[in-house]
Amino acid sequence: MDAYAPILVLGLLAAGFAVFSVTLTTFTGPKRYNRAKVDAYECGIEPTPQPMGGGRFPVKYYLTAMMFIIFDIEIVFLYPWAVAFDQLPLFVFLAMMLFLFNLTVPYVYEWRRGGLDWD
Amino acid sequence: MNPEVMTAPSIDYIALLPYIIVGAAGVIGVIVEAFVGRNGRRPIQLVLAFGSLIGAFGVLVVNRTTLGLQAEGAIAIDGPGILFMGLILLLAILVALLMSERQLDPAGDAFAPRASALPGSDDERELTTRGYFQTEIWPLFLFSVFGMMLFVTASNLLVLFIALEIMSLPLYLMAGMSRRRRLLSQEAALKYFILGAFSSAFLLFGIALLYGYSGSVEFSVIADALAAEPGQTALVVGGVALLSVGLLFKIGAVPFHAWVPDVYQGSPAPVTAFMAAAVKVTAFGALLRVMYVALGGVRWEWEPLLWIIAGLTMLFGSVVAIAQTDMKRMIAYSSIAQAGFILIGVSTATAEGLYASIFYLVAYGFTTIGIFAIIAMVRDAGGEMTRLDQWAGLGKRSPLVAVSFGIFMFALASFPLTSGFIAKFLVFESALAVDNLGLVIVGVIASVMAAFFYIRVVVIMFFREPVEGSPAAAVPSATTTLALAVSAAVTVILGVLPEPVINLIEQAGVFLR
Repeated sequence: MDAYAPILVLGLLAAGFAVFSVTLTTFTGPKRYNRAKVDAYECGIEPTPQPMGGGRFPVKYYLTAMMFIIFDIEIVFLYPWAVAFDQLPLFVFLAMMLFLFNLTVPYVYEWRRGGLDWD
Repeated sequence: MNPEVMTAPSIDYIALLPYIIVGAAGVIGVIVEAFVGRNGRRPIQLVLAFGSLIGAFGVLVVNRTTLGLQAEGAIAIDGPGILFMGLILLLAILVALLMSERQLDPAGDAFAPRASALPGSDDERELTTRGYFQTEIWPLFLFSVFGMMLFVTASNLLVLFIALEIMSLPLYLMAGMSRRRRLLSQEAALKYFILGAFSSAFLLFGIALLYGYSGSVEFSVIADALAAEPGQTALVVGGVALLSVGLLFKIGAVPFHAWVPDVYQGSPAPVTAFMAAAVKVTAFGALLRVMYVALGGVRWEWEPLLWIIAGLTMLFGSVVAIAQTDMKRMIAYSSIAQAGFILIGVSTATAEGLYASIFYLVAYGFTTIGIFAIIAMVRDAGGEMTRLDQWAGLGKRSPLVAVSFGIFMFALASFPLTSGFIAKFLVFESALAVDNLGLVIVGVIASVMAAFFYIRVVVIMFFREPVEGSPAAAVPSATTTLALAVSAAVTVILGVLPEPVINLIEQAGVFLR
């Protein structure tokens, strides 16, 4: 049971921090509301109303977000590879180059087909 | 720093060439989409698709004697693996023939000009009138085939999972690309995606539990762990159950079948052919390998499970198919029932069961491609006419097409002199060899029930007067005709002269570990 005590403490700390910060900001934070501020997503995407029948749904934001995730994951793999680079055989270098190439192909596809044009 | 902590894995690139060809063709396909102008894409994509599939099949045939574990034991290229890969490639070539069809639909091919356009919107009409075509389906298709080849030869649970995703993600997209009935097609894609993601999660949980038990994701280590410690723990039982859920979902076995009718109905006919034939072959290939190689040590755990699922699948598919009024949905339920019959072979856990299952998959795969080739041909201006009563009188208007469809129906109903008869005979024989009389009896009852709705289609086609507006089959281009002819020929030849194929399957031997 002792082994699990740190987890319990961590859980209590996390819950305590959440409650503390939410409570504190309601008292101390400035309250200057505007339209963007009360939106569900501050990035500017309107969650409602759904443009059913008629209007179009802007996917530009999602394309950028997906590109971000792809490069994010790329970094996750690149980081340990770069740290241990001097200890790795040539094979790993080539494998990483292949990985980077395969990630670049969809990026080039998106770029050439206008996925990066905001308007 | 200490130099070279890691040694490079030994990889035999010649043995892995079939995978590399198909995967690289997919990547090149994406580059083509990026740099080649609109009109130049299709010919290049066709050359890439057919070239890589035929090339990979050729390399596979040349390489057929180099068996062994590849890529540090992650991939097992063995007799059954090569058979499965060869079958997948052949079915994929036939599907590619169906996909390249441009004569049936007056607006072009079977795929939406741009799947993101709102159904029925001005955008969509404009794209159609300007003659836009979607050529991204070809790289997607090749990626899916690449995933399938990896899936049936994966000898490592992680490779198994990655292969499953490589196979499935393009399929979710392709399901939503039908040119006609856009809403139904998008519904199919969404349902397939959400349920498929769920089943992937089940598979991952199963992998985690099996890893927790054995400390490895490799099939051989899991098998050794089970042999060394035969007492079943909750981890093994849970792992096997969850892993089976993930695989049985792709197979479409009851109770994980709910997606099958909707997805088969909504997808474009060539994609449905791909899913019904190749995906089913692939999922069975992986199920057989996982069950026989990794989990053979806990046979007594999963055998009864598979008996129950096989029985339920056969009965449910056959009973519900009787009530269907839509051709695609009927074939979907029929494919559920067929999966049940193949599961009989899997559940025996013997070499005979393995051979019978493979033969059944060969027979079923080719027949299914033929069926969807014809479903794509029976159409009017609005798209495929899939209501059963619309098929009335097809025997008078397009006798050749109706006769071919009749052959496929008789094959699925397992009449003698068709491939279906031999397949079902082998499967029942393998079950009797392990004294599983009960399952055979259930199988025979289900076959009799299933025969009813297959024969009903033949009756509708030949003995019903055509109603107003019922179609004649449209005249397809040479590609569909070729795919149809090959499927029909295989269906009949396997029924009359099955020995060469049976010998080929038996020579393949069993799974390596």
